Formats: sequence, C-alpha cells, structure tokens
Amino acid sequence: MTIKGKAYIAGAFEHPTRLARDKSVAQLHAECALGALRDAGLTKEDVDGYFCAGDAPGLGPLAMADYMNLTLRHLDSTDVGGCSYIAHVAHAAEAIAMGKCRVALITLAGRPRSEGHSGAVPRVRGADAPDTQWEFPTGVATVNAYAMCAARHMHQYGTTAEQLAWIKVAASHHAQWNEHAMLRDVITVEQVVGSPLIATPLHRLDCCVVSDGGGALVVVAPEIAHSLKRPLVKVLGAGESMKGQMGGAVDLTYSAAVRSGPAAFAEAGVTPKDIKYASVYDSFTITVLIQLEDLGFCEKGQGGRFVADGNLISGTGKLPWNTDGGGLCNNHPANRGGITKVIEAVRQLRGEAHPKVQVPNCDLALAHGTGGLLGSRHGAATLIMERE
Amino acid sequence: MAKERSIPAPLTNPETEPFWAAAREGRFLLRACTACGRAHWYPRAVCPFCMSEKTEWREASGRGEIYSVSVMKRAPEVYAVAYVTLEEGPTMMTNIVDCDFDALAIGQAVALTWRPTQGDGPPYPQFKPA
Ligand SMILES: [Zn+2]
Repeated sequence: MTIKGKAYIAGAFEHPTRLARDKSVAQLHAECALGALRDAGLTKEDVDGYFCAGDAPGLGPLAMADYMNLTLRHLDSTDVGGCSYIAHVAHAAEAIAMGKCRVALITLAGRPRSEGHSGAVPRVRGADAPDTQWEFPTGVATVNAYAMCAARHMHQYGTTAEQLAWIKVAASHHAQWNEHAMLRDVITVEQVVGSPLIATPLHRLDCCVVSDGGGALVVVAPEIAHSLKRPLVKVLGAGESMKGQMGGAVDLTYSAAVRSGPAAFAEAGVTPKDIKYASVYDSFTITVLIQLEDLGFCEKGQGGRFVADGNLISGTGKLPWNTDGGGLCNNHPANRGGITKVIEAVRQLRGEAHPKVQVPNCDLALAHGTGGLLGSRHGAATLIMERE
Repeated sequence: MAKERSIPAPLTNPETEPFWAAAREGRFLLRACTACGRAHWYPRAVCPFCMSEKTEWREASGRGEIYSVSVMKRAPEVYAVAYVTLEEGPTMMTNIVDCDFDALAIGQAVALTWRPTQGDGPPYPQFKPA
C-alpha cells in the first residue's frame, strides 16, 4: 500500500494578514478555506473531508466544521504541533486512497501576535502532561528548548553562530520579494550575530516572527485533480515520526526527521539529491540546520558548512529553500509554520513563486516540519510532491 | 547574585508524590527498573526502556555534568535552563543556579541543590557548579 500518486494538492492559500486585530480565529480559518477552495476551483459543497489540529477553536474539528457548515464523511484533528498540516496532507492522501473522502480541506489560523504571545515566555503545554511537573518549573521557554539543541550541536560538531546566521540571511534574501513578509530587509551575518542574545546561543534574529494569519490546503482524488484547471501537484511520499527524551537518554543533536525523511524518500522513490526545492520548518535557525542534516541533504554535523555562504538562496545556492521568506522573515501563523511550508512548495511546483525566487523547472519538492519542542519532545512530518 | 526567578510549584500526582515527599526531606530520588536494571528520567511507574512495572525509588547522588545549557537573557531575572546528565545515567531538564551564567559550559561538573517553589509547593531540584 502506498499514497504515491493517489492524491493531488489542488488548492493552496496563505492568508495575507500578519496582524488580525479585527478578526476572530474561526473567521480566519474560514477565510483561508475559502481562499484554498477558490484557488482549486471548488466549493464547500465539494468538501467531504476536513482536517485541522488541536489548536483550532472548539473540540477537535467539530466547531470549525460546524462554523463552515461542512457535510463530511472523514474528519481528522491529528496534532503534532506546527508540522501537523504537513502530516494532514499525508493523512488526507491516505483517506483518499482508501476511498474515505475525495476532497479534503485542511485549515490553520491563529492570532498569537494580536494576543501578545512570545516564544521567550514559558507556557504550560497541558497541565496534565506527565512531563509538565518536571519541566515547567525550570522556566523553559520555546526558545530555550531550541537553544539547548544549538548549544549541543556547536559543542559536538563545531557549528558556529555565523553558520546559523546564514540561514536567516538566506530567508531575508527571499523575503525581500514577498510583499506580505513581515521582515523584508536583506540582512547580513554580522547583523544576526550582532542582534541581542535572547536565550544563549540564539540571538533575536535566529528566531522566527510572531504573526497572525493562517493557511489552507485542498487535497483531492486524482480524477478530481485532472478535472480542474490548476497545475497538477501530486503527492509522491510522506513520513512522520516523533522523538522525545528517550527515558533520559537525551540526544539533542538530531530530530525525528531521521525517521520521517527516509520513509518519505522511500515511498516517493527519490533521494535528497533529486529535490529541486525544499521547504524546511524554520522556527529558529537551528531547527533548519538539524533537519537538513537528518533529511540527508548533508552529513550529520556538516549542516553548518552546508548552509553557509548563501547555499540556501534561490538562484545562487545548491538548495533553494523557503523562498517565501519562511517563518524567519515572512510568516509563522498561529506559531505553527507547517502549512506555509506546503503552500510555498506548491507555488514552486506550479511555477507560481515570485519570479525572483522561482526555481527553474521545479518538478520535485519537499516540505518538512517539526512540531512541539525540538529539545524536549517533537513531532516530525515530511512530504514529497511532484509536478505532473 | 542577582534576584532569582520565582519557581512555579510542580503539580504532583499519585504516581510522583513519593518523589516530592522525599524532596521535602532533602532526598533526591530516581526511579529505576529491577527488570532491566536501568534508572530513567522523569520518574515513571512503568519502565520506559523495557515496559516492566517492576520499578522502584532509589536515592541518587545528586552529582552530574551539564549536557547542554541555555541562559535566558530576555527575562526580568536571568536564568539558565539545562540538561544535566546524572552520575546514575539519565539526563534531566533542570536549572543551573548559584553560578556565573556567562561561564557555564557543557561538560561542567554540577551538584544538586533544592530551591523552594511558590506557595507551599515542594522544593524543586536544581544544580550548581560542583
Ligand atoms: Zn526496565
């Protein structure tokens, strides 16, 4: 059994807002749904499967499905943090392959910027979670959990702050062309390492933006995709996994991408060398570096060298990456960047990315994300897509 | 030494209450498995290595070394979040206190110190340079 070729991404929409003081979260979900359905050339009456994650308003998918008044035969609210929406594409493809639905809608939205959220403030992630009593008292904030991975990677492999900074620099080169991006100024390595330390060894400019907004995707059965007027973006393979503290055998130098990546490549029947464009989750610079290694774009420990000197910049680097400016410069709606990773990959495969960052003849793309906290417990989802 | 962060009280439960009761007596317990012999962190009734229910509390040395550390600069009171690898094997998330934050290093030897928590919560295990 495989999902290879069993489903297509027919609609993709990124909400243009980055600050939505005058909107509700449910409204943003629905606006994203409308955007993605219009993009596909479908209507809500065509939708028979709905996917959202645990952050959506209400109980699982019920409140949002009711708000949009959907009539469904398949629902899924898998929540593995920010990469949930990448996993949702795979789950939608599975459901479509099994005949459980034919038009799957995936939505994400949130207002962390309006609500004053910060990744530098500790928050309880489930008072009843078994780890909370041990870890919340430490004051561990999102940024600390990633920073400890960076500190260990630097210690073990000699990775430098300057190498990490190149990741932000590459994102800024892309964001300059994105009229919706929050940070559009092209910056330098010196500016990144010269920005204030937030949680050592990460600087302010090693961190992603906090933005309101959202996105939506429409995944459809092959016969529906072929009936629509949009370029054909086919699901080739997917993988998912998680990694925790392993009972105390903690290793912060790698992520669950060591499992999700090879599974996705195997199902797709391609290798990292074949990938023309990669969307890789960039909550922090270190997130990108560790995931690129684990996905096999370079050897473990060589990520610093791989990302340096503009190697991720479209047009000049070997691996065009996050050409929308990513979470680091463009958008990180609801503190969950998975859906925007798929959306930019779809733009690239359709040839609809900004001309300044469009990868020529982009026929094979990867989207990968991490959810939760890289340094304690996180989910991972990898998706490989092909332009047919 | 700068003012220290106020520590939220851990929300204990029946599975972990013995740990926190011992903490009130200044004893640092680890949970270990008599089936596979390994100690783990955080403490669980069911062994995370072999899934045996034959686990027991053991008093630990409180000695370890820093596996990784991140100093939170953007907070009213600067503090250090760390993973410390205990002499007994497991690596635990904790804080490093009573230290020069800028001098903390991976591999540094540390020793247990208890800190009071908010309200009448049990003391929380942290570490300081040994
Ligand atoms: Zn055991």
